[in-house]
Amino acid sequence: MLQPLAQNIVYGILIGSLYGLAALGLSLVFGVSKFLNVSHGELLMLGGYASFWLFKLLKIDPFISIPLTIIFLLLIGFILYRLIFSRLIKLDVEKKIQNSLLVGFGLSTIFQNIALRLWTADDRSITTVYSAKSLEFAGVRFPIVRLISLGIALIVLVGLQIFLKKTYTGKAIRATVEDWQSASLMGINIHSVYLLAFVLGCAIAGAAGTLVSICYSVDPSMGLNWTLKSMVVMVLGGLGSMVGTFVGGIILGVTESATAFFIGGNYRLIAGLVLFLIILIFRPQGLFGTKEGDR
Amino acid sequence: MVMEGGRVFAGMTVMENLELGAYGTRARKQRAETVDQVFEIFPRLKERLTQRAGTLSGGERQMLAIGRAMMSKPKLLMLDEPSFGLAPILVDAIFEMVKSINKQGVTILLVEQNVRAALELADRAYVIENGRIVGEGSGEALLSFESVRSAYLG
Repeated sequence: MLQPLAQNIVYGILIGSLYGLAALGLSLVFGVSKFLNVSHGELLMLGGYASFWLFKLLKIDPFISIPLTIIFLLLIGFILYRLIFSRLIKLDVEKKIQNSLLVGFGLSTIFQNIALRLWTADDRSITTVYSAKSLEFAGVRFPIVRLISLGIALIVLVGLQIFLKKTYTGKAIRATVEDWQSASLMGINIHSVYLLAFVLGCAIAGAAGTLVSICYSVDPSMGLNWTLKSMVVMVLGGLGSMVGTFVGGIILGVTESATAFFIGGNYRLIAGLVLFLIILIFRPQGLFGTKEGDR
Repeated sequence: MVMEGGRVFAGMTVMENLELGAYGTRARKQRAETVDQVFEIFPRLKERLTQRAGTLSGGERQMLAIGRAMMSKPKLLMLDEPSFGLAPILVDAIFEMVKSINKQGVTILLVEQNVRAALELADRAYVIENGRIVGEGSGEALLSFESVRSAYLG
């Protein structure tokens, strides 16, 4: 009983780190510019496909292709922002959320159909020589690819955290989140802050997409599932807290796999949403978020 | 410029707030010296350096807001009601500090409802009523001005 349970929790944590990473990008973009980009999952998909083809055609190891996927998604993010999202920044917060939702749904349909056209509806996954290998500790198995993925997710999280806390640009981003009027009075160009946050969010989605293509598989319709997971995690962890978002991801992962273990695999998705509702009822600011009134 | 109520970045530390004040390239190069000048006028901020701005008292927040504005090395410092929401004793302290900033050679434009304190401080003052300037002169002159006395000083 105990060993399978431990195994389940370990899997939950490993999966949860991917949820956390996926949500990190969404949370960064939403926190800074209040764009709720529901095509976030499709950006993951693009990242996943990028790594898949780099592996398939050029035999580039998926973990090594991550910087390439990041650059690819940075470019896509830049184009999306310049062409579309930059037109929304002048709106007030509520209109911004509504309109970015509309834009996001449109984009996700477009991306899905492009992917369907170009790459067919087949499930694609990356199988490397070390894909099936795993470490064993006290009878619990740790698949190597997932361990590396956890490591990469942590590196991205820590890197982002250092960037936001220690660099001048990072501080400018946080200041814009708190009070964009004051921030622009300091001479911070808030338009470039929005742009930067957006492309960073896309880049993180790209990295997450690569990890998903290694640990699971990619197909044109995967996006919605990941967008939903990211949104649940973002709200769960509390808006505006990067570490909180990541921990939220792990909590969701563990809840899902514990439910699969105790109740049954069919209920794992429901468990996540139930958890989401419970937290919204008792802690609407999220587990690690601050209340508006604290400010 | 210092907005009414200060509007400091509540979730960030005092030091981070000051650093952001010096965001412009020119001010950024000199920020180490400017910070020292700010601490000279507001020693209290130095004690609170790593504290989050949201945990400061109202007076300290106002000091931080003014200090943050000074970090940009302004030639002209615009203050919108620095006495807003502060206890009288703090108002005096803040005005003292404004005076010492002025002595360092920074021109100050002060909009203030606390007429007596403002006039005592000002070299030149204007009384605005319904958007029109109805009186101007040196601070002292306006203090003894009959219509100002009756309308604002009682």
